[in-house]
Amino acid sequence: MIRMIESTQGSDAAAVERTLAGDPDAYRVLVERHSRNLFRLAYRMTGNEQDAEEIVQDAFLRAYRKLGQFESRANFGTWVYRIAVNCALDRRRKRSAEERHRASPAEDDADAPRAIEQRASASPAPDRLALSAELGKQIVSALEALSPAERAAFVMRHWEGCAIEEIAQALHLRNNATKNTVFRAVQKLRRALEPLLAKEPVTPGTRRAMPAAQGTES
Amino acid sequence: MTHPSEEQLVGYKLGEAHDRGAIEEHLGDCSECRASFARLERVLAAMDSMPVPEREEDYGRRIWQQIAPRLPQRSPWWGFGMDLQRWGAVAAAAALVIAAFFLGRQHAVRLPTNDQSVQQVRERILLVAVGDHLDRSEMMLVELTNAEPGPADKKLVNISTEQKRAEDLLDENRLYRQTALQQGDSALASVLDELERVLLDIAHSPEEITPGQLEKIRQRMEAHGILFKVRVAGSEVRRRERSATPVPAQDNSTTQKGKHT
Repeated sequence: MIRMIESTQGSDAAAVERTLAGDPDAYRVLVERHSRNLFRLAYRMTGNEQDAEEIVQDAFLRAYRKLGQFESRANFGTWVYRIAVNCALDRRRKRSAEERHRASPAEDDADAPRAIEQRASASPAPDRLALSAELGKQIVSALEALSPAERAAFVMRHWEGCAIEEIAQALHLRNNATKNTVFRAVQKLRRALEPLLAKEPVTPGTRRAMPAAQGTES
Repeated sequence: MTHPSEEQLVGYKLGEAHDRGAIEEHLGDCSECRASFARLERVLAAMDSMPVPEREEDYGRRIWQQIAPRLPQRSPWWGFGMDLQRWGAVAAAAALVIAAFFLGRQHAVRLPTNDQSVQQVRERILLVAVGDHLDRSEMMLVELTNAEPGPADKKLVNISTEQKRAEDLLDENRLYRQTALQQGDSALASVLDELERVLLDIAHSPEEITPGQLEKIRQRMEAHGILFKVRVAGSEVRRRERSATPVPAQDNSTTQKGKHT
């Protein structure tokens, strides 16, 4: 994804210039070019198609309004990603606040591991379901139990291959705090998923599609 | 080194560990930590089994249609960013459209009985302009299709000339597409819409592109059959242009036969 953004930087810059010069159709190029990747990001941030669709639209609308303030015009892709992350965070925070308002016990970061365990124990017993289906549910539950910032940091690092500095900018955090946020997210996911994974051998096909983006070799 | 903490192992996995070499060495020696690291890798690998719904190829187009009406008004598209030459081209195209419109109106008032012929004159002015536009677009697309890389040491294709022409054509194209839509000519509007996307693509490419990038532009053009569609539309416009050629006002019966649309 990052490589794709880099390869389109030159033409993105031209499209941004033309949009700023008053050509609304130039913006269409940017929308058409980045929508699908933005949807993937938004879906992983929310786990909900409808929300992801709305985030894609919101991100492009916000980006259009702020285009005049956007200085590094070649990096439109990275910039609109950052905006989408913030749209997703806003949406999740708003939803969390609404949920907290409805149900009295708060689920802050410190309670998150317990929340994951509660969600896991409330699920049907593994022996009554195919393990892979159970795993899918647990993954969704585990992601939902992360705080908005943890989920955003994990999605950006693990799936989008973003550098810590990039994530820090998007989340308005310091680099060290961002690292800790990513670590916390991984630790929580590990605690939620490891018990189930111990029962199911991981097939080679489930390995990560973009190992290079992580900067690690296993 | 002592057993790395969970945090260090996560940092190592994510490529963020400072003591990467030491951890690597430790993992080679310690089966307990190796097992712990393997479990971490399984968790991260399992995360990739989370399905993401695919979006159709033209998803971006759908998003554009949804947000375009909601975009706040920026400066008008004929704003200050446009140079004089392009102003001239667009002004000429606009003048033709306006002339055709007023010609129709004035004749309709003065010669109410001859409106069929007046309509033909108006249509012909537009068809001549659109036909010329399609010819020039076709020529530019053909030249781009036949563009060759520069000197062997450069290995880049300079498409700045085609790009400039695409920019000029883009402004005219937009005007003709809108006019075709207003006149209910959806077939012509559709071809002009597809042409506009290709012109946008070319206009917003870098001035110098690699042969691979050029090939991609060509492939996109071929995938949409745009050159063929422009040719067909051009010949259809020419045919209509001939049909719309005005005949003496008293000979209404023959104009009825000759008019196609």
